[in-house]
Amino acid sequence: MTTMLRVRNLAKTFTLHPQGGIRLPVLGGVNFEVAAGECLVLAGPSGAGKSTLLRTLYGNYRLQEGSVAIRHGDKMIELGNASPQSILSLRRTTVGYVSQFLRVIPRVATLDLVAEPLRARGVTATEANERAAEWLARLGLPARLWHLPPATFSGGEQQRVNIARSMIAEYPLLLLDEPTASLDADNRRIVVDLMNRARDAGAALVGIFHDADVRAAVGTRSYAVEPLREAA
Amino acid sequence: MSGPAAGYNFGYLDEQTKRMIRRAILKAVAIPGYQVPFGSREMPLPYGWGTGGIQVTASIIGEDDVLKVIDQGSDDTTNAINIRRFFQRVTGVTTTTLTGEATIIQTRHRIPETPLHEGQILVYQVPIPEPLRWLEARESETRRMHALAEYGVMRVKLYEDIARFGHIATTYDYPVVVNNRYLMRPSPIPKFDNPKMHRNPALQLFGAGREKRIYAVPPYTDVVSLDFEDHPFEVQRWDATCSLCGSADSFLDEVIVDDAGGRMFVCSDSEYCQRQREAIS
Amino acid sequence: MKPLLRVAELGKRFGARTAVADVGFDLYAGEVLGIVGESGSGKTTLLRMLSGQLTPDQGRVEFTARDGEQLDLYALPEFRRRLLMRTDWGYVHQQARDGLRLAVSAGANIGERLMAQGDRHYGRIRDEAIDWLQRVEMPAERIDEAPTTFSGGMQQRLQIARNLVTRPRLVFMDEPTASLDVSVQARLLDLLRQLVAELQLAVVLVTHDLAVARLLAHRLLVMKDGRVVEAGLTDQVLDDPQHPYSQLLVSSVLQA
Repeated sequence: MTTMLRVRNLAKTFTLHPQGGIRLPVLGGVNFEVAAGECLVLAGPSGAGKSTLLRTLYGNYRLQEGSVAIRHGDKMIELGNASPQSILSLRRTTVGYVSQFLRVIPRVATLDLVAEPLRARGVTATEANERAAEWLARLGLPARLWHLPPATFSGGEQQRVNIARSMIAEYPLLLLDEPTASLDADNRRIVVDLMNRARDAGAALVGIFHDADVRAAVGTRSYAVEPLREAA
Repeated sequence: MSGPAAGYNFGYLDEQTKRMIRRAILKAVAIPGYQVPFGSREMPLPYGWGTGGIQVTASIIGEDDVLKVIDQGSDDTTNAINIRRFFQRVTGVTTTTLTGEATIIQTRHRIPETPLHEGQILVYQVPIPEPLRWLEARESETRRMHALAEYGVMRVKLYEDIARFGHIATTYDYPVVVNNRYLMRPSPIPKFDNPKMHRNPALQLFGAGREKRIYAVPPYTDVVSLDFEDHPFEVQRWDATCSLCGSADSFLDEVIVDDAGGRMFVCSDSEYCQRQREAIS
Repeated sequence: MKPLLRVAELGKRFGARTAVADVGFDLYAGEVLGIVGESGSGKTTLLRMLSGQLTPDQGRVEFTARDGEQLDLYALPEFRRRLLMRTDWGYVHQQARDGLRLAVSAGANIGERLMAQGDRHYGRIRDEAIDWLQRVEMPAERIDEAPTTFSGGMQQRLQIARNLVTRPRLVFMDEPTASLDVSVQARLLDLLRQLVAELQLAVVLVTHDLAVARLLAHRLLVMKDGRVVEAGLTDQVLDDPQHPYSQLLVSSVLQA
């Protein structure tokens, strides 16, 4: 099985300089591997640092200790010493990230927002928009909303836009932070189905799922993120 | 040959000043179209009345020269008469109205219709020498633009003309490139006269008194008017001919003759018009 | 791939005061580099040195020409540097009136760089001007109007068109949205985002507005007292700032 992601001895501590340099250790000794076709569920109580871990894997939070290697084409890229350009390249073709919140770009229509990851890879506008429309339809977002910016959408609608935007590019590695949190039961089923399809197609998934049913439906393995003891 | 009136040095300016101006002129001739700074002197008439041209003329004039002075083509307007009288008084040289006989012609806003010949010098009075001034107020920057021949933006002005009027509406002081190098203002002559500057056998000197600049077009130098490929440079044409001499190819002034809208067209070059009339009669 | 712009050990002093010290980075085609920091942090001095307007006391700025030649900006003859500035580079000023010719029409403003490059065909220049007006979402029929008749947002869009008409590969932007109303800012940012992606522009963007930086920039440099205190991907710097000053800067912003 092809390893898509390998995490070794990852640790993360936040130092809050404006608060007198308080150090907050959040993660330590994280070790796991995820292969293509797997879905690793990150388990652990709230505050254990699961979201922080996902963000670190995406390169959003800086990797300070340990190693994160991600398969990019036929190479393993080490996040710790990757240039900004190679992290952007990873994000363009290899790693997708579904956050709990959609970061809205003013004035950009939903359809264009969803098509953007494809455009960034050089897909033509027509083709990218067609595929964006398919994804929005699949996720049950009413067509009358497609040409509006999602700023005024409900939480569930925004989340579906977010999922469409992240899944349209069919990344080999998907990082999912509560992708179904604000969805109703029907839409949750659709998203679970989409995630399973991606996994069956060979994607590696790492996710935080609050809902036990979702966890059971998509997860193939789980990894417990242990809360660190409070720093002295 | 009577010499200057008592108390005046020949040509009014002192010899040191004349030498300084001649050096500026020599430099100007050596770098066609380049504006040479010079130490402009106070003259006994105000700026705007041709102080630059007068200083150039005063520096090059000799006892054997024959001087002609025109203002807008005419030998007998106030400005022309005053400057002619001034030089008579401070040099005593012979003056003339005949273009062909003059060795130095000082002019304001025209080039004579009669073609000039080798050995003649045409001295222009220049109010504003800097062609780039309208788009760049800083002298340091315009100098740099000249040094680097950054002249493309000069067409912005012509573009504006075409956009607004459908054709290049600039009709006088029309910018030219001299010797394929320096952009130059020809002083406020009508663009009708621009082609006459091109490869003219006479030496053309330009003096700006207030702005303290001298520049030159040596004999037989290329002088090309700016234009666009699809809007080439053109000179004015009139439907009318001169009411006095019948000339069809000289620059015509429109003269209102009564208060009922009556008008006539006459040659702006009074000497040329006179000659044409004499030839007919 | 060679970086388009390569900056090393750049420094400038004004008398006893150090305005910029030891700044270095590489910038690639299609990349937007944001420079953030408060007033007096040296952002503008740095931008002026990068864009050929202020000779540094130390360090180098190198630009890769279209033919692949590596040009040392301040070793170049002045005419080459100025030629770059009006062809391969663009500069968008904070105040549109600093970057526009207010006395001539919108069309002439856009056409100027083409004429400066030696284009001598009126019809072609005008067609290009109309095309660019439309690309920056301005009505083509206003081509003959003076910029002074335009709103602030339109003036800024005109300034952008005027810069992009020669298809520059590198554009410097000094607080391009700072003097606009908030409602107009969003539209301009969106237009900039679109043009940058479409034309694969490399951009050096100076801004004090972190929201603008997040929207436009791929990478950020955080400046304080003339030095780069933190550099990284935009989302890294804004979401996980490391340096005390970056943390202060990020935490000072009101969340909308």
